[in-house]
Amino acid sequence: MTVVRVPPVLRAEAGGAREVEASGDTVRALLEDLSARVPALGTKVYAEGELQSFVNVYVDGEDVRTRDGLDTPVRDTSTVILLPAMAGGRGR
Amino acid sequence: MTTYRELLAKTRGEIDEIDARGARALDGAAWVDIREIDEWQEGHLPEAIHVPRGNLESRIETAVPDKATPVVLYCASGNRSVFGAKTLNELGYDHVYSLAGGFTDWKRNGLDIVMPRTLSPEKRTRYSRHLLIPEIGEEGQLKLLDSRILLIGAGGLGSPAALYLAAAGVGKLGIIDADIVDETNLQRQIAHSLDTLGTPKVDSAKRAINGLNPDVDVIGYRERLTSENIDRILDDGWDIIVDGADNFPTRYLVNDASVWRGIPVVHGSIYRFEGQVTVFKPHEGPCYRCLFPEPPPPELAPSCAEGGVLGVLPGIVGTLQTNEAIKLAAEIGEPLVGRLLLLDALATEFNEVRIERRPDCPVCGEHPSITEYIDYVEFCAR
Repeated sequence: MTVVRVPPVLRAEAGGAREVEASGDTVRALLEDLSARVPALGTKVYAEGELQSFVNVYVDGEDVRTRDGLDTPVRDTSTVILLPAMAGGRGR
Repeated sequence: MTTYRELLAKTRGEIDEIDARGARALDGAAWVDIREIDEWQEGHLPEAIHVPRGNLESRIETAVPDKATPVVLYCASGNRSVFGAKTLNELGYDHVYSLAGGFTDWKRNGLDIVMPRTLSPEKRTRYSRHLLIPEIGEEGQLKLLDSRILLIGAGGLGSPAALYLAAAGVGKLGIIDADIVDETNLQRQIAHSLDTLGTPKVDSAKRAINGLNPDVDVIGYRERLTSENIDRILDDGWDIIVDGADNFPTRYLVNDASVWRGIPVVHGSIYRFEGQVTVFKPHEGPCYRCLFPEPPPPELAPSCAEGGVLGVLPGIVGTLQTNEAIKLAAEIGEPLVGRLLLLDALATEFNEVRIERRPDCPVCGEHPSITEYIDYVEFCAR
């Protein structure tokens, strides 16, 4: 199983969890598995076989878009980070 | 018992002296001024580096690492440099020369000298802890004093940035913020205080900055940054932008303008316990659009007002941004270019991911499709 870090804005979809586990030897397989285990979270980042354009996925610190996209290999020991942009700064 | 005169004469016989003409004919020589700081400040030879006689042994190997480099030492009249030359011979420098007649003869013969830019005694005291760091020193402090840094927002991220940049001696600080200080700000926005409740944040921040360092020239822009005013504000001349905006349209607007103008942006963003920091250096590293080509849908983009934020988090992220800004201004270290630092304050964990330029980036890519301002509010509402 691979550890997937859940960004704060998506934790509600993961029942508040900061990390979830999923399995798969590629990013695609991992996200398919994630969607089956935690559907609310899965559909936010991965829909209709595509990665949502506003979410970055890093496998061991590398953006999968700069590697093999959804075919990027994932190991059990990998750390996967899901990362949408955060705006927050000043705050009213 | 040997007198000074005798020792000088004896030592002079053991080292090589050179006149100005001979010294100027040397190829690739290092010129080392071994006089005291007050003498150096009254003018020195072009190209010279300053290593006072008292620190010659300890600092020369840093100043002139290659012992095969010819070294011309000079002092005021050519006596102290005799002893200095002997020392460098003992340290193994192959070609050491003492400049006969020193700086006095050089100047008397009408040869070129330069007047160094130096810090006043007051500034020397104020920034003494910077001056002690070899990577900053007087040269770095002068760069900080010359730097012009623009802060987007005088809130959670902008507050620590404003205070530490002011303390560091940044010459000119611009602050863009349309808001007024309210009570909910004081949980984290440390540039403001009970005394400034109800006043514009730019005025409140200016008061805090000048209370800390009255030499900082503060330019307040009490307005919300838009496509209409950004060019006017950037035309005032800024070397670095510290982005602490609270919304996506401003982030993309600042990105596009900074890429077109080649101004590095120190990016920080926060939410609840987590922060992100990076440096977008136009054309050398990725830009914001390379990192996030599209903003998340509005339901996944809550502001701190909606989602909350731990008060100290902007302090941590804002000071990390300040560190990057100071490094850029002083031209030292390894800025966070192409690296996104992720901070989890709850776990006290830092992670770093690599970010790369996208060849297809619509703004900084090979064939840009966005070359003028767009409707950023509409872009972020899709």
